[in-house]
Amino acid sequence: MKYQLEISNILEVSNITKSYGDLKANDNVSLSIKDSSIHALLGENGAGKSTLVKIIYGSLTPDSGEMKWANNKYSPKSPFQARENGIAMVFQHFSLFESLTVEDNIILGLDGVGLNENFSEQIIKYSKQYGLDINPQQVVGDLSVGARQRVEIIRCLMQNPKLLIMDEPTSVLTPQEVADLFITLKKLAADGCAILYISHKLEEVREICSEATILRGGKLVQSCIPQEHSQKELAEMMIGKKLTELARTNINVGETIFSIDNLSRKSDDIYGVNLKNIALKMSKGSIVGIAGVAGNGQDELMELLIGEIPSPKAILNFNGQDIGLLNSHERRQLSMFFVPEERLGHGAVPDMSLDENMLLSRPDSTEMTSHDVIDWEKVAVHSKTVIDTFDVQTPSSRMLAKSLSGGNLQKFMVGRELIQNPELLIVAQPTWGVDAGSANNIHQALIELADKGSAILIISQDLDEILSLCEQIHVLSEGQLSDAVDMKSEGLEKISQLMVGGKV
Amino acid sequence: MNESLFINIVIGISIASVPLIFAAIGELLVERSGVLNLGVEGMMIVGALLGFVVMSHTQNSYLAVLAAMVGGMAIASIFAFLTQFLLTNQVATGLALTLFGLGFAAFAGRGYTEETIQLITAVPIPYLSDIPYLGPLLFSFNPLVYLAFFMVYLVWWFLFKTKQGLILRAIGDNHDAAHAIGHNVVRYRVMAILFGGAMAGIGGAFLSLVQVPIWGEGMTAGRGWIALGLVVFASWQPFRIIFGAILFGGITILQIHAQGLNINVSAQYLSMLPYLATIVILVSLRMRLKNKTNRTVPNCLGRIFHSTT
Repeated sequence: MKYQLEISNILEVSNITKSYGDLKANDNVSLSIKDSSIHALLGENGAGKSTLVKIIYGSLTPDSGEMKWANNKYSPKSPFQARENGIAMVFQHFSLFESLTVEDNIILGLDGVGLNENFSEQIIKYSKQYGLDINPQQVVGDLSVGARQRVEIIRCLMQNPKLLIMDEPTSVLTPQEVADLFITLKKLAADGCAILYISHKLEEVREICSEATILRGGKLVQSCIPQEHSQKELAEMMIGKKLTELARTNINVGETIFSIDNLSRKSDDIYGVNLKNIALKMSKGSIVGIAGVAGNGQDELMELLIGEIPSPKAILNFNGQDIGLLNSHERRQLSMFFVPEERLGHGAVPDMSLDENMLLSRPDSTEMTSHDVIDWEKVAVHSKTVIDTFDVQTPSSRMLAKSLSGGNLQKFMVGRELIQNPELLIVAQPTWGVDAGSANNIHQALIELADKGSAILIISQDLDEILSLCEQIHVLSEGQLSDAVDMKSEGLEKISQLMVGGKV
Repeated sequence: MNESLFINIVIGISIASVPLIFAAIGELLVERSGVLNLGVEGMMIVGALLGFVVMSHTQNSYLAVLAAMVGGMAIASIFAFLTQFLLTNQVATGLALTLFGLGFAAFAGRGYTEETIQLITAVPIPYLSDIPYLGPLLFSFNPLVYLAFFMVYLVWWFLFKTKQGLILRAIGDNHDAAHAIGHNVVRYRVMAILFGGAMAGIGGAFLSLVQVPIWGEGMTAGRGWIALGLVVFASWQPFRIIFGAILFGGITILQIHAQGLNINVSAQYLSMLPYLATIVILVSLRMRLKNKTNRTVPNCLGRIFHSTT
């Protein structure tokens, strides 16, 4: 008899089903992860990725189905049991404690580690070994998003896991950080740790994952080798229909509609970024992008653009009018619309319904009132238009904003502003947390708006997004805005250089 | 001022501050876990009554103190059940607890208003208490006084030197994250609430077993509320509770002695002082924190935790 050499599976998931009421979040899902492999889990928002991962990590118990871990039956009752077996997880919404130090945060995630005096040395050792730069004594609340993720990863690595689950790890990182993370992940896989990698970014998946499992609507679509399919094919498997090609049909750049003239502002927050001499000109019909790593002044700039903080005179000019002292409602009345980055709190009132949030951002609510009294049916019609056009997954427009998943709420908020046909739309992170199909919709809608002659300013960390949409690209770094980068002569390299703090 | 008066004042201040220290250090731990229990006054008064009743029947001071703790915990357990399992609003539940405690104690204590008991007396520590000045100032107190200061140390040690303490602080900071990495939010909070009840109970009993030998309706006289203020005053740092309690206790005692010393200040002004001080401190704390990332207030304070899994 001949032995056939077989690569064994570290984890086998068979026929998992999990329902919430009528909704089947996971419907008969199976998946196998090979030893030391990087395995992608793909799917749209609400496809059931999070549910499946939570089941593997022991936070949820499946209704039926079973799992095998290293060929033994595995049914974790809690994350503790998952960790005991060697499964670690980096959460999408980081499970970090802002008021505590990096060291305390790491200790909290490690079972059986007490408050040891020289624990920070071990943290530094791991951080050097995997090239993840962190200072154990810093308070997490002061760290950038990228640094927070490094804390999460180190916390996982210190458990010496056999399987590391990563939920959307690159959505917040710079290209350089992504490259560093991939080196770390490849090193980890080479050291014998399998990785389950959840992402929307198909190019990344094709770059580092050796296998991919695709979910749609809670069901398994298929498992495949991502390199054998194009990015477009993978996206279409995820959404179950054809993607629209993004292309401007009518680039008709007109006169200047909006300008920022030498804007400087010292931040009120001691951890904030001071803005220095920001200047920008936007023409009608143009899509302008501001790239940059989070925490380089995006939030501060957005506050000024939205009108949460007034600007001095003669700096912000919209259609020949000085708007520096106008508040955001008055700016909206002039047809400037905004989608702030922070969905809950800035973009939407978490404890109000979608209808109420719809009404709140209207500069002119006459079409939703009768005799100055709110007509909720009319409001609901408007909400429904947005919900249908942008494929927002929600049972009704009366749902509270906070009850929607991040990606869904994002779709609603972008849609809410877009249907106003703004002359100028300022949008931060338009597709943050949104899956490929919906991102495609949002991008398409932005392009259509610009084709009609509106100007759009996109502030995004997602460089691919900026590159595919914008004709005029600036980089915000340490509170300074670069001149427009000439994509023909300088291109991507110049942008990356500027993003990591090269001279403006 | 002669030296015996000075010693009397110091001892008086210490005695006056002890109930506040007990109640506040218990509440501090509760709030560090992210729970706001406004029922301190109610738990204190029940502790005061139960301590008194058990003392009057058994003449056993250990049993009396133990009963006070159990009484405080029993009331706290109502709060724990309602807020942690039935997810009721913490502010409303805490207020109800105070009103319930005051009413219940007044009702159950009707038969004891005429009685007096033997006070728990000071136990001077042999030899040490004979040291001039220091002896009477530091080593001649009631054991409960030492216990109060020790509890402050113990809570500090627990919060900052043990893993469980770290977990408790983490739960107060972000209960969803704590749950996600597998810590039992509800269990920690229930334990903290019960501890807060026990401490409030002893604090109340100190009034009826050490300060005065009688039971009177409403004898806590708002100390539970001052204890709540003290936690904020201390910005959730255990040792600052002592400082705050001494300040508050001190004003009360100075009020008494000012009259004896013929200092002509109206008693009403003096009795206003602790409350004015609370407001001033709350405002100044807020001013100081104005533009900073919040580090002191537990982020989840008063928020309901509802596990989705």
